[in-house]
Formats: sequence, structure tokens, C-alpha cells
Amino acid sequence: MKSMEEFAQEVGVDSLVTVRGAGTRWGIGGSLLAGVKEVSAPIGVVNVQPEEMIVEVGAGTKLDVLQQELSEFNQEVALAGLPGSTVGGSLAVGSSSYRRARIGTAADVLLQAVCVGADGKQFVAGGPTVKNVTGYDICKLLVSSLGTLALIGVVTLRTRPKPERETWLTGGASLKEVTNCCYRPASVLTDGSKTFVLLEGYAEDIEKESKSLKSVGMLPMDTAPYIPPAVKGNSKEVPKGGLLDLQTGIQYSTQPSQQKQVPESIKELSKRIKSNFDPTGRLNPGRDPYLL
Amino acid sequence: MRKRRQKITDPLLEALISALDEERVTDGASARLLYSKDGSVMEGGRAGIVCFPETTEEVAKCVEISKKFDCEFVTRGAGTGLAGGSVPCNDPIVIVTTRMNKILEVDLEKRVAWVQPGVVNLDLSLSLRGTGFHFAPDPSSQQACTIGGNVANNSGGPHCLAYGVTNSHVAAIEVVLPDASVVEFGSSEGEMCGYDLRGVFVGGEGTLGIATRIAVRLTEDPPAVATLLLDFSKITEAAETVSAIIANGILPAALELMDKNVVAAVEPFAKAGYPLDAEAVLIAEVDGLPDGVSKEIEKITQLAKVNGARQVRIATDQEERERIWKGRKSAFGAIAKIKPDYYLHDTVIPRRRLAEVIEKVYDIAEKYELLVMNVFHAGDGNLHPLLVFDARIPGTLEKVRKAGEEIVATSLEAGGVLSGEHGIGLEKQRFMTQQFSKRDLEAQDALRRAFDPDNRSNPHKVLPTGASCGEIDSLKEIPEGVWI
Repeated sequence: MKSMEEFAQEVGVDSLVTVRGAGTRWGIGGSLLAGVKEVSAPIGVVNVQPEEMIVEVGAGTKLDVLQQELSEFNQEVALAGLPGSTVGGSLAVGSSSYRRARIGTAADVLLQAVCVGADGKQFVAGGPTVKNVTGYDICKLLVSSLGTLALIGVVTLRTRPKPERETWLTGGASLKEVTNCCYRPASVLTDGSKTFVLLEGYAEDIEKESKSLKSVGMLPMDTAPYIPPAVKGNSKEVPKGGLLDLQTGIQYSTQPSQQKQVPESIKELSKRIKSNFDPTGRLNPGRDPYLL
Repeated sequence: MRKRRQKITDPLLEALISALDEERVTDGASARLLYSKDGSVMEGGRAGIVCFPETTEEVAKCVEISKKFDCEFVTRGAGTGLAGGSVPCNDPIVIVTTRMNKILEVDLEKRVAWVQPGVVNLDLSLSLRGTGFHFAPDPSSQQACTIGGNVANNSGGPHCLAYGVTNSHVAAIEVVLPDASVVEFGSSEGEMCGYDLRGVFVGGEGTLGIATRIAVRLTEDPPAVATLLLDFSKITEAAETVSAIIANGILPAALELMDKNVVAAVEPFAKAGYPLDAEAVLIAEVDGLPDGVSKEIEKITQLAKVNGARQVRIATDQEERERIWKGRKSAFGAIAKIKPDYYLHDTVIPRRRLAEVIEKVYDIAEKYELLVMNVFHAGDGNLHPLLVFDARIPGTLEKVRKAGEEIVATSLEAGGVLSGEHGIGLEKQRFMTQQFSKRDLEAQDALRRAFDPDNRSNPHKVLPTGASCGEIDSLKEIPEGVWI
């Protein structure tokens, strides 16, 4: 695996630079300026620690490779991505799973990030333990930042036990009917006409809850529904051709998100953050996390 | 508040009174003394004028005035913080949020409640009783601490093991920034694009602005709960059991460990049935659907027995469960009665190293002839080694200080971090350079400067030297007079 020193050297200290993962979401978040040097983050699973429920991994590692390795220990990370996407890409976009109501978001996953800053120097954000309030949580700032503040090299992620059983059901039940029948469903989605429910947990419990959901017209599905990537925003509408998560208000759609109005004070604060982290604007120039 | 007899001559005081009213602004000596301390051991704080705003607009006015007069300000909730985060330095305006104590809106369908920052943590969950929901973060101080304080410290609590700390339970926050502008971070519905300003504000220890309205997520009450009390003849066996539970893929709702000294202090009044002859007591709570809970009880019992548990008791009713938790949550108060002074650390270590580090903590205490008591969130490796002592005995303070340093060093050497839930405040600043490099701290300072370029919001906290990272290495000691 490429070392952090080698990664920092690639990033250098002065030229415009971008880090590329698998490029599965390359088209979102504004247009990258032309002629920018492209680098890639270290690739490889460094250290799986199932007894700590953490894993250390190079940000350039494919997410499905990591999930596969963790599944050997019956664990997973609560990150999502299109097929082939990388851990770093998923973090940079802030891509949470459609199971977020039960397993949490991408922001909860990143415990520690070893990064290269705009000055070409390495720094560490966060810490390698599952609980930590030591100083400011720069990890929170890195997730969903599209690599505009620092380039993530090696990360420590929170893992969690995989559920014993997962079952998708579909029918016409409302959110209220669903939640009356079951405890903390992993996902309750709608396409505007049908409801899709994902239950997960211990097998006996899921069987009982599935039976209970049958009473409100929800029937098991053989395969999971197609779920497009999550779209940021707070619209309550079901997106055209997509799904709306009834529990969290998240939209899943192949369509790009609508332009959102960002209040001036937030814009100003964000500009100060960007300028303090990257005074010359060399990291991922042209990218704007507010265009995600 | 006492009626003022003298004519107001201080323009700052006059401005604050005109922004609020005379009843809610004071520069009286007793108020200034009262608000110069918090729940930590930090002494030597100096409060300036103390204000009690009730609305966002009033908070913004106070901050605007602080800006106009170029004053620093410190925000304070119930003052239960354990790291000196709300201890004022150099007479700042103290903005107390305890009168901002309204639950503004509860939306059970969206599972969100908007609250003012001064709402007491437990009051929110009590007000939700019967609805099937609660607010998950449950610091041991939950009867007194405020949700604004929880946001500032990203507070934890026994039940944060499975449910996550405060950050996971805050959907949106209305904030008065240090420049007095009012902004909203996050969203009570959906997910905002852009930098996660909500995520980074939580845990900012009041240095990034003042939370004036908070949208907290409500957690569904579990259909089944089981509380287990396990006792051991060696604390290392209890620690090994914790590691084994996590390694076997069980994430209990809570997993708390108390050593013999703590049990002896707590049991006489809590009457929780903690065995006094045990070297360590482990409280494990599992919740969820009934079959899963039964499976986890069985597995935990088996793992505990393999690791040397003498007895596994399962609470049979709500009352017994509450007694078990009452003992745990009152432990700190009971311990404080043993000796007049205490010094508490809050490090987190990898869970697999619990047994080894706990042994070292006892060795350190023995080396310095100090009494150490251990009551902690074992499930997430969050230690709370508590040194109790009598500072009047000459030389004791120096021993406590050295022992504290060794405990921190041992935790960091084991791959741990400085603070799991109490924060850095004033008390732990001097240890920051042991965990972070100068460049790491520069990144943190870059964040802070973006929110508060003039360094007026709760300055002198968290980072070793406040605004300038160039001076980090020069601060090796806690300032004179700001110690126990």
C-alpha cells in the first residue's frame, strides 16, 4: 500500500490537485477546473479489529472490498456507494445507507482520518476510538466536503454487527401502520404508490414482525427494490422515478438535486472555513459541496 | 434578583440591561462568584456581568453588545461540566441559558423535538413519557444538565453505547454566531448539502457560538429491556467479559463497570443489591425485540461465566432496574463524600486493553499512595479513574497531578484518546499536545477561527493557547491559580 508520505508527496505543496476514487459520482458537486493534477489515495485494508468494532483502511479502497472483508467477521460499515465506489469517495460525498434510520449515517462512521492538507503536510483528525470528544471534530467537517478542505489518506471507521436477518416487504401501508407493527425498521420507502419496508434483526423477531406487517397488507419481496443514490436536500416530495424515505425525509433519485438557496451567513462561514484550510484554493478547485 | 440601589455607570452593564431588563442582568458579587465555577475542579474563574436571556433575539443582542464593546463571552447551562468548559476567565459576559427552558415543539411523526438550550435533559424524556419515545443521550448528570450543555460537550451517557452520543441525536441547531448573526445548521428533515456545520458545532464547547434552539431526534422506546448485574472476584475478569461481549458482535444498550471501592460507597444509600464482596460489578443492559433480548441475555451470561463471573442477576421488574441504575448514576456524588477533593480523568482506550490499563491505573495510584476509584462506560472503553484525596495534606496535590499525567500517558500509549465525553475545557488543555501534533492542532484552530475570527466566544478553552497555534509549545503548565 502507498504510504502516507508517498501520498503527501503526490499531493505536493503548490499545484492545483484533485483526488480521484472510482469516479462513480464524478459528475456531481460542480465542475472540476481543467488541468488539475490527479492523485489517488492509498488502497488497502490495513487492520480489521472486530473486537473493537473498528477498521483502518486506505481511502482509495473499494467499498465492496472492505465490506467483503468485514463480512468475514460478521460486521459492516454504514457507508453506501454505487458499485465500484471507494471508501474515500463515499466519505467525500457523505453517502449514507438507505438503512440510516437503523445503522446511522456516514458522519457517524468516520472516527479518524489521516489527511494531507493544502500545505502538503499530514495531519490527523479525530481519534482511533469509538468514543472521542478530544478537541474539534474535524472528521465531521471532512465528510461531505468533496475533498475541498484536505485530502483523506487513511481512515479509521466504526464497524457494526451485521443483522442476522434482513427482509424486504412491500404493500400499501402508511408509515404509521408500519411503525405500529414493527420496532425501528431499517428503511421505510415510498415511490408514491407503494411502500417498501426493510426489517432487520434476529430471525425470530423479524418473522414475527413480518407476520404483523402482513395484517396491514405488506408482503415479502424476493429481491430488494432498486434504490438510487441519496440526494441531499429537504424536500418532502417523492422524486420522479425515485423513492422517498418516510422516516428521514431523504430522497433517493438518479436526477441531480435542485439548486438550493444557501443563506448568506452560511456561505460566508463556509468561505472562511475553506479559506482557513486551503488559502490558495488548490484542493479540488471548482468543486462545491453546496452543489451536491 | 436584588434591586439595584446605585446608579448604573458602566456603559456595558447599561447596554445589557437595555437589551434584556434589570432583573436579568447582574454584576453582583454573589452572582459573579456563583458563575465563576462549574462542576469541574477548576478554581480561579472570574465572571463579569451575568445575563439571563430568554429568547434567541435576546442572546443575539447580548452577543452584539459583546462585539460592540469588544468583550469576550462565555455561555453556560446548568454548570455541570467536568472540564471547566464554562468557567469564565478574565471577566467575560456570562450568558446563562437556564431561562431558555421551553420545549417548543414535539413532532412524534417526524420523531423530532425543538427545544431551547436550557431544557434539562431528563425533563425532555419525562415529558415524553407515554408517547413511546425518549431522548437517548443520558449523562449521569441528566437530572440537572441542559440539552444546550449536551450539545456543547457532545455528551455521552451509559446508553450511548448502542444509540450513539449527542451528535447522533441532533438534527438541526439554531445558532447565534460570535458575530451575532443567527443561522440554522442541519435540518430537522432530509439532509443538507455543504459542510456539516451541525456536526462540527456539536462538541464545540461553546467556542463556536451559542445554540439557541435545538432539534433533537427522538428514539423509540424499546419493546423489551433487560438489565443484568454481573459480579466478579477480579476487575480484570469483568474487563475481559466486556471485550468478549463486543468481540462476539453484541452491542448492548449499556455496559458499565464499577470497582469495589465504588460499590462500597454507593450501595449503602442506593440499596441496589450490589454485592459488597465483589471486586467488580458490571451492569449490562440489552434492549430491542423480545427474542433478540433473550438471545443476548443468554450469550452475555455465557460469556461472563466463561470469564469468571460469580453471579449473573437479571432485574425482574422496572423498580429493580431503576435501583441498579440509580446506584450507577449517583456514583460520582457518593464518591465525592469520601474525601474532600477529587480529580477525574475521562480517557478512552481500545476495549481489548481494558484489563491491562485498569491494572496500570491501580499501580499508578498505589505508587503515589492515592485512592483511585473506577466507575466507567466499559462498553466503549471510556475510563473515569477518579483520584480522591485531601488537598490540605502537604504534597498531595503534586502527587495527584503526577498520577493524573501518568494515567493520561498510559491511556494514550494504549492507543487511546484524552476525552470520551467530558471535553477539554480548561482542565485538559495541557494534555492536548500529547495526543495531537502541532499540525493537527492547526487544523482544529482553522475551524475555530472560521467561526470566531476575533476569539471572543468562550476563549482560552479547548486548544492549548486559544487563537494562536504558534504558542502551543510554550504552555506546559496549567496557569497559576486555575487548579483544584
